[in-house]
Amino acid sequence: MQAAEKAPATAVKPEAVLLRVESAFKYFPVSGLGGLAVRAVDGVDLEIRRGETLGLVGESGCGKSTLARLITALLPVTAGKITFDGQDITKLRGRRLRRIRQKMQMIFQDPYASLDPRMTVGDILQEPLDNFGIGSVGHRRRRVQELLRLVGLNPNFTNRYPHEFSGGQRQRIGIARALALNPSFIVCDEAVSALDVSIQAQIINLLQDLQKEFQLTYLFIAHDLAVVRHLSDRIAVMYLGKVVETANRNDIYERPQHPYTKALLSSIPVPDPKVERERAPITLKGEIPSPVNPPSGCRFHTRCPIARAPGVCAEQEPALEAHGAADQVAACHFAG
Amino acid sequence: MATAIGIVQQVDWDVPEQTGLWSDAWVRFRRNPLAVAGLAVIVVMIVLAIGARLPTNPGGLWHVLHLTGDPVQQEVTNTYALPSLQHPLGTDVLGRDQLSRILYGASISLTIGIVVQFLILIIGGVIGMVAGYFGGWIDNLLMRFTDIMYAFPDLLLVLVFVAAFGPSFWSIFIALGLVYWVGLARLVRGQVLSIKEKEYVEAAIMTGTSPFKLIVKHLVPNSLGPVIVTLTFGIPAAIFTEAALSFLGIGIRPPEPSWGVMIEDGYAGIFADPRQVIFPGIAVALTMLSFTFVGDGLRDALDPRMRR
Amino acid sequence: MGQILLQVEDLHTQFFTSRGVVRAVDGVSLHIDAGETLGVVGESGCGKTITALSVLRLVPEPGRITSGKILFRGRDVTKMDDDEIRDFRGNDVAMIFQDPMTSLNPVTKIGFQIEEAMTAHKRFSAGLAKGRVVELLKRVRVPAAETRVKDYPHQFSGGMRQRAMIAMGLANEPALLIADEPTTALDVTVQAQIIQLMKQLNRELGTAMMLITHNMALVASLCQRVVVMYAGRVVEEGPVEQIFDSPQHPYTWSLLRSVPRVDEARKDRLVSIRGLPPDLVNSPAGCKFHPRCPFVVDRCKVEEPPLAEVAPDQVARCWVLMRNARQEDVDAAKTSALSVEAAQTLKAQAKVGGVAGS
Repeated sequence: MQAAEKAPATAVKPEAVLLRVESAFKYFPVSGLGGLAVRAVDGVDLEIRRGETLGLVGESGCGKSTLARLITALLPVTAGKITFDGQDITKLRGRRLRRIRQKMQMIFQDPYASLDPRMTVGDILQEPLDNFGIGSVGHRRRRVQELLRLVGLNPNFTNRYPHEFSGGQRQRIGIARALALNPSFIVCDEAVSALDVSIQAQIINLLQDLQKEFQLTYLFIAHDLAVVRHLSDRIAVMYLGKVVETANRNDIYERPQHPYTKALLSSIPVPDPKVERERAPITLKGEIPSPVNPPSGCRFHTRCPIARAPGVCAEQEPALEAHGAADQVAACHFAG
Repeated sequence: MATAIGIVQQVDWDVPEQTGLWSDAWVRFRRNPLAVAGLAVIVVMIVLAIGARLPTNPGGLWHVLHLTGDPVQQEVTNTYALPSLQHPLGTDVLGRDQLSRILYGASISLTIGIVVQFLILIIGGVIGMVAGYFGGWIDNLLMRFTDIMYAFPDLLLVLVFVAAFGPSFWSIFIALGLVYWVGLARLVRGQVLSIKEKEYVEAAIMTGTSPFKLIVKHLVPNSLGPVIVTLTFGIPAAIFTEAALSFLGIGIRPPEPSWGVMIEDGYAGIFADPRQVIFPGIAVALTMLSFTFVGDGLRDALDPRMRR
Repeated sequence: MGQILLQVEDLHTQFFTSRGVVRAVDGVSLHIDAGETLGVVGESGCGKTITALSVLRLVPEPGRITSGKILFRGRDVTKMDDDEIRDFRGNDVAMIFQDPMTSLNPVTKIGFQIEEAMTAHKRFSAGLAKGRVVELLKRVRVPAAETRVKDYPHQFSGGMRQRAMIAMGLANEPALLIADEPTTALDVTVQAQIIQLMKQLNRELGTAMMLITHNMALVASLCQRVVVMYAGRVVEEGPVEQIFDSPQHPYTWSLLRSVPRVDEARKDRLVSIRGLPPDLVNSPAGCKFHPRCPFVVDRCKVEEPPLAEVAPDQVARCWVLMRNARQEDVDAAKTSALSVEAAQTLKAQAKVGGVAGS
């Protein structure tokens, strides 16, 4: 690997980008004393390339779930532009927005809350097909069975209710639902976080197989960095509403440029006692600040082990710039 | 190739025995002895009430079968009679058969109590659903209107409506509907607000479900539980209100034998013959209690904290 | 070798439900020495939490301890009367739970709750207790402890609340601290802080700890010995290095291989254990893990293996054991491919199930 000089980010052809987020902001006004707002997403630029899995990580309050909902248009942006397959989805409403839904789907975190308890599994899976009038009713029923088989479930159980299945099985149903409309892009919002370890492994393998089979693009949101490393091609790290670093998988884990990424990676215990005896994690001081009133300048400076405050870190917000490897960007005045 | 993925996957073919949602609730309901007893009483009462109105000659089926006397025929020579084969509960101040009057009264009370819930469901349900789903100024407007309605004492408002329409079966019916929808509206709105946030609603939106379908297929079925319970508890309230109004002379008028009317009739001679008041009183109390037990049972049976 | 602090012998805890008797803890034996940290790992439903609750005799209805001994410093906990058990809980053994928000009283101040933990056991007088509260919060590294004693739980962040819970647990200087998934609900960086805290406390105070978790990495970081549970039974036990290095039970082996590691580049597939966790009312015959085991032989289906010594200090409950497993099976399990017969059976089932796939 070349020396860590500021290499230019590799230029990506526009057609290769499936989704582009430009200066997205999402503020939630806080009731009571006016003017205050939770700055959940505070100026995010991101791109997701066709066929890749982009991992999005961060701790509570970083805004990754909110960003997911902006990308899937479940929430309107406060400002900014989100382009999917050439179309600006922030401008779409009603029926035209619904049409986009055929290409973009989501798998949710809680297998117990993401399936309507009053509907049978067959109805749940048929709903997307009914909504868009895909084929005849008979065709839709066959497709539902095909979807169940695809995720490893018995196709005869279409008249069962969600509560009759285990957590892992319900998650499979959620995945089947996401596939029903043959989307090209799927957002996995903590899709495996609520599952037991061995079931997690099953679902991770399933997601990988499906991606290969259907040439899917994934946005994989998680807090478990080990799982993210296993699944993703590129990874973006968020802190307090902003992206602080983006890089290819191995680059970010082996040569992180941003101090927050470094601290995050060093915090994770490894299932190897010999390694654990030797390791000394970087501990961050303090707590995650409130998203209502983020710190001035670089948001991370209050906890950063290398921050110069008072100084540039407290005064000027760093921009995402190329540091480290090709295709790696970080927002830090002293990156590397 | 696609099915090969499913096969290579750790395939989960087995799912434990099938249980429906409502049959689950029914099993839980059955385990509550008071609720079952209440339901039994209600069923019996409904049968008796229907029989008292069909065929349409006074006394209905039970009179035809000589089980009771005639509710409107006065026998002035036989007033305040003690129970006998002809008059199993005796006669009232005008010599009319008590039992048949009580059964006839049951038909009035049950009809008003149960059917008015539909009116309440329509008015309160729609207002609550629209307010909860759309939020914003629509929610504000509807809820402030609801608050205003709520601020009036209900009985007073019912009195006003009944006075306006003139006392009769229909005016009570409509008055009750126009006044008692408020609680349900609030409940439905609360339900909708909490269900709207659930992930399965987000998922339905993601798969292209239109707002109308969202309401009909997702919001309504999932809010049914507490709604059914509230409506069930509303029945005894409505029955009592009707009885009270009739007792006060502002509701059903004699000779229609609603329970309230019967109590009013017998009230004057309460010390001479307390039976006149006791029997219809017990009828009201028993009916209200039964519906309350059933309501309790339903609430426990429909509790969403079922198996996970 | 330290003295044995806690000895659980053949513990059975069962839940009497309308569906049947759930054998949540089905003959578990384990021990913890003074000052050592024991990890108890397994997935949901394996019985690890109920084991811990049994030690404290806090098993919720409709469950109860049906047989077995729990010896703490020689005294049998199952035979203690109400006064003795109250003295035992919180004083000799304390427990901290996964979600500190629900374990802390939201309407009383943190300082008061910690104080209460001490005065309830009459170990410290009211005056002494007040003084110790600040000291305890300092010990768990809560910054500005003097002012924070007056805060309510909702004013603390998740990590701080967990520290307050630990402070409460340690208030009476118990010999044993039971921690049930203490870091699962916390952010990664906060998790790291709590792990470090626990290591420090173990060094400074010599408190023994039973760490219950499904997170193997946590065990690798904190524990000296580990017990692996499945379907209410212990399936493997031994020193942490040995177990991680050469696990002998197929479940332990699969568990270790199904977890992706943050310090390794991507392998092609994670090992996943097929099937579902067992039904604890009607558990399988023979070895409870056999329906899901990649190395099953005929004997496993009829006869349950005993816990046998497989290495110095290490025991496992398996007829086959990883060191005797056929290499082809090991390779197949690693790539998560099913054996040929299994794949054929499933293909046949797929045809029966309905329309053939695309």
